[in-house]
Amino acid sequence: MSSEAKEIICIICPVGCRMTAVRDKNSPSGFLVSENQCKKGEAYGIEELTNPTRVLTTTVKINPGIYNRLPVRINGSIPKNKIFPCMKVINKVEVKAPIKIGSVIIENILNTGCDLIASRSMKAS
Amino acid sequence: MKENSIVNRYDVVVIGGGPAGLAAAIEAKKHGAKSVCVIERDKELGGILQQCIHNGFGLHIFKEDLTGPEYAERFIIELMESGITCKLDTMVLDISEDLDLQILNTYDGFMHIKAEAIVLAMGCRERTREAVNIPGTRPAGVFTAGTAQRFLNMEGYLVGKKIMMLGTGDIGLIMARRLTLEGAEVRAVLARRGYPGGLMRNVAQCLHDYDIPLMLRHTIVKIIGKERIEGVLVARTDEERKPIPGSEELYECDTLLLSLGLIPENELSKGAGVKLDPATGGPVVNESMETSVKGIFACGNVVHVHDLVDYVTDESRRAGKSAAYFVRKKLKENGLLIKTEPGKGIKYIVPHLIRVDNLNKSLQLFMRVREVYPNSRLIVKADNEVIKKSRKMHMTPGEMDNIRIDPKILQQRKPAILSVQVKREEE
Repeated sequence: MSSEAKEIICIICPVGCRMTAVRDKNSPSGFLVSENQCKKGEAYGIEELTNPTRVLTTTVKINPGIYNRLPVRINGSIPKNKIFPCMKVINKVEVKAPIKIGSVIIENILNTGCDLIASRSMKAS
Repeated sequence: MKENSIVNRYDVVVIGGGPAGLAAAIEAKKHGAKSVCVIERDKELGGILQQCIHNGFGLHIFKEDLTGPEYAERFIIELMESGITCKLDTMVLDISEDLDLQILNTYDGFMHIKAEAIVLAMGCRERTREAVNIPGTRPAGVFTAGTAQRFLNMEGYLVGKKIMMLGTGDIGLIMARRLTLEGAEVRAVLARRGYPGGLMRNVAQCLHDYDIPLMLRHTIVKIIGKERIEGVLVARTDEERKPIPGSEELYECDTLLLSLGLIPENELSKGAGVKLDPATGGPVVNESMETSVKGIFACGNVVHVHDLVDYVTDESRRAGKSAAYFVRKKLKENGLLIKTEPGKGIKYIVPHLIRVDNLNKSLQLFMRVREVYPNSRLIVKADNEVIKKSRKMHMTPGEMDNIRIDPKILQQRKPAILSVQVKREEE
């Protein structure tokens, strides 16, 4: 990885700090993150340089729900390069209504250590 | 109206069961309103949160990163447990100035409801193609971003495969990512101005992450296609956001999504005689979120469009509490009255009026700036005297700003006008 500074827009909260992150041997963390307004920004900056992750939210088919789709989420952050492979797996799933919020739909999805869970309760139609 | 045609009386009636209505109703009940009724036109509570399946909600209120439906469900459960009446699938037809509501649904038919206080929480709606007058044919395949969001996330229809987007509101940015995840190609997102309308974090995680081109200073000058949209003519825009002749370029697409901003939905408010602020499109409100009509309160996107649902919840809790206080005759109507005034660089300030006797800990003013201001200050003046300066790293019209003021200063100085203006650091 290059030691050049990377411009990063922090996505942790809506403030959206425009930060700079760079590898720095002299700093205890090995990185120097600047222009962040909080500690979470520093952690995010370092993660963006080393192992960028995201929260994936999407929907799955539900039958016979009051709507055709049930919103779902992964209950943690997964590596960015796992997003499309996860979508492929998720789009094959169909669940039965009624379902409760937080129900696990796919355990340890693609060995990410995270589960796919229902992000709302839905009654049967 | 004959007395015997009144079927129901409630202390507080809340119109709208989205995030604003849910928070207002719960809070009104908590603060002593004996009977509270929420009227919702959809088949369930939660409002637009139910189609906002992405995360980023609740960081402020719950200190957790929730999706829209998760955020909504917490409030729905609380509402259900607090003995609040809920009328779903119900339209409010009219509100009179003496707080009589005409409502209609398929299970009660037509009925009158008498309220001691009303909270308006109808939210907002999207600007359409008609609002920006895009020339061309009128084919299928032109949607507002929010409509496409409901189709995709709730009904289960992908609106298209080859998509162009005009406007950079947050819903549009989020839909660009969502459609990409579902296998559609988002060819470009166009912003007429030199900066995006939505939050920077959404530009980063929705466009940058998926290499979706963001074309600043571009607009659509023509929609092409007979049955279904086949393409759009894109032109560069000048400083005044007008298309530059000769710069047109054709982009083929099967769908055009519009994310052109939101308008508070105030047809009912107008009918009730509520005074509106042309700058926000919503009611003029005081510190208690009460409108110009006594006993009618308002909160959330019906007052001014918020970027964050957490702030809608905060504001709506104040409105709900105030409505309960009004019913219990605990709101002070007289005393020192201060008007807020947007100064240089500020588009609007909410609230518009402040009855100082109703303030307790601090007064929070919410506002939007007119243009992008890097490294500037917000200057608050009581009449002509500066009472507060607040440094801001970056202000943009796409992000609501707020400033806190100590009520003691207002009590001491007794100004007639409280104004806020922007000052660039070098000025």
